Amino acid sequence: MLIKKPDDIKSSEITNKQIYLSRRDFMSATTRSLGALAAGMAAPGLLLGSQEAEASTATKFNGLRKSVLSTTEGLTPYKDVTSYNNFYEFGTDKYSPAQLAGTLHPRPWTITVEGEVKKPKTYDIDALLKLAPLEERIYRLRCVEGWSMVIPWAGFPLSELIKQVEPNGNAKFVEFTTLHDPKQMPGQHSGVLDWPYVEGLRIDEAMHPLAILAVGLYGEVLPNQNGAPVRLVAPWKYGFKNAKSIVKIRFVSKPSASSWMKANPNEYGYFANVNPTVDHPRWSQAKERRIGEFLKRDTLMFNGYAEQVAHLYSGMDLKKFF
Amino acid sequence: MKYFTQLKAALFLASLIPFIRLIWYGYSSQLGANPIEFITRSLGTWTLVFILITLTITPLRKLSGWSWLIKLRRMAGLFAFFYALLHFITYIWLDQFFDLNSIYKDVIKRPFITIGFTAFILLIPLALTSTNAMMKKLGGKRWQLLHRFIYLTAIFAVVHYWWLVKKDITQPLIYAAILAILLGYRVWIRWLKTGE
Repeated sequence: MLIKKPDDIKSSEITNKQIYLSRRDFMSATTRSLGALAAGMAAPGLLLGSQEAEASTATKFNGLRKSVLSTTEGLTPYKDVTSYNNFYEFGTDKYSPAQLAGTLHPRPWTITVEGEVKKPKTYDIDALLKLAPLEERIYRLRCVEGWSMVIPWAGFPLSELIKQVEPNGNAKFVEFTTLHDPKQMPGQHSGVLDWPYVEGLRIDEAMHPLAILAVGLYGEVLPNQNGAPVRLVAPWKYGFKNAKSIVKIRFVSKPSASSWMKANPNEYGYFANVNPTVDHPRWSQAKERRIGEFLKRDTLMFNGYAEQVAHLYSGMDLKKFF
Repeated sequence: MKYFTQLKAALFLASLIPFIRLIWYGYSSQLGANPIEFITRSLGTWTLVFILITLTITPLRKLSGWSWLIKLRRMAGLFAFFYALLHFITYIWLDQFFDLNSIYKDVIKRPFITIGFTAFILLIPLALTSTNAMMKKLGGKRWQLLHRFIYLTAIFAVVHYWWLVKKDITQPLIYAAILAILLGYRVWIRWLKTGE
């Protein structure tokens, strides 16, 4: 068998990197428009079936630390976690992020940390991965729509990053901004939400040990459709609080309205704590369907994290501050 | 029309495809991460489609002059009821699992369920009086009057969909636009008649 040695290949035969990359763009754009065409012809979601998650080229994280904050509940299958997503940057259908998120390039990637801090800093994603030892955190995730999952995240406490940049006395809230690039995120061509996606936490919430920056799940690098390369996870809040594909973290003295608050202030509040006693104006929040289960289960106060987080809201009227 | 019986049989079978497809998806585990949601949505969508098909028959008949189309209307309407019934059963059984208390609260407190429930209730008398015998018993005029409820059902069904979506109203809008054309056509015809 003849195997060409690398020096046998003339440099003229090697595809120029730019062309190689643009070819990839072309192919994914073609796939995308064909997909959109098919979706359009299939009319109103009638013929839409479930799709297998894209073959993952994920890399493994080795030696994730276990955490006492993890739940021991049964995990939601990897396939479901990575194929049933709300990520409006890739369409409003829950199966479209898994199909369309291939256009997102999570490397190279930088996250700017700025605002009311003593040491503003821009992190390269690879530097961010080394900011603190990565842990496995198995959390419940409760979507505001009434379904839930149990997901083994890989990440580190948000507080570790906050400590590094040293917030000053004016830093009362933390604002998370998702990438805004319709080329990478085709869903941003639609005006369904006010882009970029913005979410926020009160600083004490952000400092809470349960709040993490997740960079992976199931021991692997975060798939694009789950918010690669880095996303927020605050498990006692509804899923939409967890900003995905974060490019900016800003410390501010006053909270700004999140994308969902702008979309519908009567239905989505700043806190968005999971609360079975405060219904969404259009549907009940008392119960949830755990993905993979048949019968609905009762939704727990603060998504079952009341013991850890209830004190953050003592004295607050949670019906008013929903 | 020469091959009417064959055409009707073919359309009958075609109308069953969405139902058979769901069974096949269930059997081959293609219902996705949230099968109950998938089934509910799919049956709801097809109910809407068949309501709109039913409402298309009269305008299409008048515009094309194909009088035989009217003989397909009952089947289309009954398929709308078939999918509505399955949609309703899915909600009662798979989604709520006969939790009557929770269902009661839903119907009372959730406008999108209240209106969807009403739309379904309004369809029941239409399905029950769809037979030739019932048509005779009621008399043409009264039967027709009763069956105008389909307009209300159609509007309620579209609103039901509209109120259910979280933010992206593209699809409810498509159905609303088609319904507006179908109802608008009828208003226009009426207006022409009274104008004469």
